[in-house]
Amino acid sequence: MTLRQLVPAALSAAVLVLAAPAFADGQSDTGPSEFPPDPFPSTYHALPSVPTLIRHVTIYTGTGIEIDDGDVLMKDGKVAAVGKGLNVPAGVLVIDGSGKYVTPGIIDVHSHLGVYPSPAVDALSDGNELTNPDTAQVRAENSVWPQDPGFNTARAGGVTTLEILPGSGNLIGGRSVVLKNVPSVTTEGMKFPGAPYGLKMACGENPKRVYGSHGQFPSTLMGDVAGYRQAWADAEAYDREWKSWMKDKKGNPPARDLKMETLAEVLNGRVRVQMHCYRANEMATMLDVAKEFHYHIAAFHHAVESYKIPALLAANGTCAAMWADWWGFKMEAWDGVRENIPMVDAGGACAMIHSDDQNGIQRLNQEVAKAWAAGNRAGLHIDAARAVMWMTLNPAKALGIDELTGSLETGKMADVVLWNGDPLSVYAKAEKVYVDGALVYDRDDPKTQAHSDFELGMMGQTGGAQ
Amino acid sequence: MNRLSLYIGMTLAALAAAPAQADTYAITGGTVYTLGAAGKISHGTVIIKDGKIAAVGADLPVPAGAKVIDATGKLVTPGIFDPQSQFGVDEVDQVAETQDEALNSTRYSTAFDPADGINPRSVLIPVNRMEGVTRAMVAPAGGSSVLQGRGAVIALDGLDGFVLKDPAALFVTLGEAGKKLAGGARDGSLLVLREALQDAKDFGANRAAWEKAARRPYALSRLDLEALQPVLRGEMPVVVQADRASDIQAVLKLAAEFRLKLVISGGAEAWMVADDLAKAKVPVILNPMRDLPEAFESLGASLTGAGKLQKAGVLVAFETGDSHKSWNVKQDAGNAVAYGLPWLEGIKAITLNPARIYGMDKSVGTLEAGKDADVVVWSGDPLEVTSFADAVFIRGQAVPLTSRQTELRDRYLPYVKPNPPALPPAYPSH
Repeated sequence: MTLRQLVPAALSAAVLVLAAPAFADGQSDTGPSEFPPDPFPSTYHALPSVPTLIRHVTIYTGTGIEIDDGDVLMKDGKVAAVGKGLNVPAGVLVIDGSGKYVTPGIIDVHSHLGVYPSPAVDALSDGNELTNPDTAQVRAENSVWPQDPGFNTARAGGVTTLEILPGSGNLIGGRSVVLKNVPSVTTEGMKFPGAPYGLKMACGENPKRVYGSHGQFPSTLMGDVAGYRQAWADAEAYDREWKSWMKDKKGNPPARDLKMETLAEVLNGRVRVQMHCYRANEMATMLDVAKEFHYHIAAFHHAVESYKIPALLAANGTCAAMWADWWGFKMEAWDGVRENIPMVDAGGACAMIHSDDQNGIQRLNQEVAKAWAAGNRAGLHIDAARAVMWMTLNPAKALGIDELTGSLETGKMADVVLWNGDPLSVYAKAEKVYVDGALVYDRDDPKTQAHSDFELGMMGQTGGAQ
Repeated sequence: MNRLSLYIGMTLAALAAAPAQADTYAITGGTVYTLGAAGKISHGTVIIKDGKIAAVGADLPVPAGAKVIDATGKLVTPGIFDPQSQFGVDEVDQVAETQDEALNSTRYSTAFDPADGINPRSVLIPVNRMEGVTRAMVAPAGGSSVLQGRGAVIALDGLDGFVLKDPAALFVTLGEAGKKLAGGARDGSLLVLREALQDAKDFGANRAAWEKAARRPYALSRLDLEALQPVLRGEMPVVVQADRASDIQAVLKLAAEFRLKLVISGGAEAWMVADDLAKAKVPVILNPMRDLPEAFESLGASLTGAGKLQKAGVLVAFETGDSHKSWNVKQDAGNAVAYGLPWLEGIKAITLNPARIYGMDKSVGTLEAGKDADVVVWSGDPLEVTSFADAVFIRGQAVPLTSRQTELRDRYLPYVKPNPPALPPAYPSH
């Protein structure tokens, strides 16, 4: 811990990559799962694309580097080259980016689009299975309504990848799903190929209020923690049973228990824990629980008091996903400060923005700008290019997809946004948005602006991002 | 802490020693947006004396003894006026003990006025005023009647006389929220409003008969009927929550019938009836960042709505719907500008226009001699999310750029830097 405390912020990325497997130790098993494969496999295919070169543009690479008058080449859905004065290959579409900016596509680790869609009517609200404090067996993807118009407005805001989570009413809310933000009739058609599942868990006030108010367990924080621990203890036993059967496969396999299966996959390091948690002391408690049961918490979400414990987060290789300025709506959010993200970053931990909101997700660049400016006002002096990591590479790390996307590095998915100005400005707009090299949104071309089925004929195509 | 805020901090320490003493200030060298007849003044000077703006002009002489605020390279505007806040009546949203913003009562409706329940020491007030919010309408929010009650305009200085105008407006909820309260149909909520206005009118004209119980019974209590009298005289604005275009048109009709001074709040689809609103001179308080069909009554929400309303001649003011971060009206306005509202109109929508809506523009909302000195010096374009207030004056007093949030921040900042203190943060020694 003390060693990592001293690691300069710039190196924390490397530390995190090393730290994550180390914490999936003990019963960790990175080989094939003993459980059946994904019942809802991705059918995503990159949309058609043409090789594209954006030239003379200011690039925030997502790795903390700013390149002025740079070029980005996208080919076959990948980032083919990033640099200055690139050659113009034959047959490439050239876009003059003078005066404009390029960033990696924005990644939001905390969205309820599709599970709490617009319009917000009861019939479409499927984000919280509030019938038991542990519903590890449910999957957000089975609630996602791909016609949520919010996917389109988020895309117009530069969001190319997002994690859809169950709500926070349960101790263990169920599996999340990571989506590519492309229009699709099916949820499977949006599923990010190769992205690990997440498990939504929640600390604090919500679960104890939801169940406590019905006179059920849990009604206190100590009830919350006992609930998580018993769930993990049960999952350990279940996993042992399966592993034992796997040795010789004699007799019938153990009965499948979908709840236990998801929890066992966390213990085996295949499903990543994404945990709603506000207070510093509760985050510390959860890190202890994770040690007890040998699993890793990928990120604390909301994490309003992260600024009090960045060293602890860094030592555990756990990220914090935060708002720029939300505070005060409940007791556990009372200690919010505007410098949360920059203070966590300065303290050496993996920091990022998140939205948890269908409006905020459209302007995550502005939210990053607010947090960045607040940090600078407090004397933290963080570069703009580093702040851009809070909405690109760091969320990719939290989702375990940072080798695939999240930065403009050769070979990565060409998830790219061309901005008409500095994205850390209120006036900047995403002008062109690419997912896997395909132009999925162009502000100047209505033909590339998707509208959901829901919007058809409702208002004569008014509304939405215009 | 920059030099300017340090200076203001010291000034305030001096003020605290002699609170009755009003200092004279000269803000010099900045680009001053007066929002008045003088327009924009480069190298402008704003002189503040005895709580008022004493003079505004280019390179004015600095009065003897004035404290000088160098605003070179900065922008100077009137302070932000939140047109629909819950300052002082909402502390922690989910802690009912700290909530005084809504009345759940069958006995009173329009008479409810949170003014006397306002806590001027609310934590939310310093958090917002250090970001440039200087004045606010404190309005009821929620409650069991479509007739929510009245609101008061306050100064965010927490000093004596901080309630500046009370009652300043009546608040009514129509649309989906209103119909839920009125029995499940939109017309029900309009009936409640209509009956209240008719009864209040009858009551006003027949008080003596009513006192002798020689009048038909009214739907509202005596205090509620009294509260509606200035509304019927067209003196007090009625702020009606409505999003759907047809709801707005329905209440426009009712307002014309009773000659109400109507203001629309919410207004997701107001741009669709912009011409009707302009013709009736009805202002709209809205959050211009709403663009999703979040409800069946806001299918037409659009980022370009604010710009279209302004272009049609409708007075617009912006609100965030969250007093914890009311300063984000800056971001509201910036986004409205990005989608077509002229920049200066964006500034007015968060400063002057709320003052006009509540009939206070004679005393505040512009930087002109004789006005209350609610003045903000900005590090850059106030609508930009990376700009901050470098100095804030409310009624001529410099306010500290500190809050519970900056105290928390400063307590923990040393621990995110190399060589953190050895003792726990709870000790005030560092």
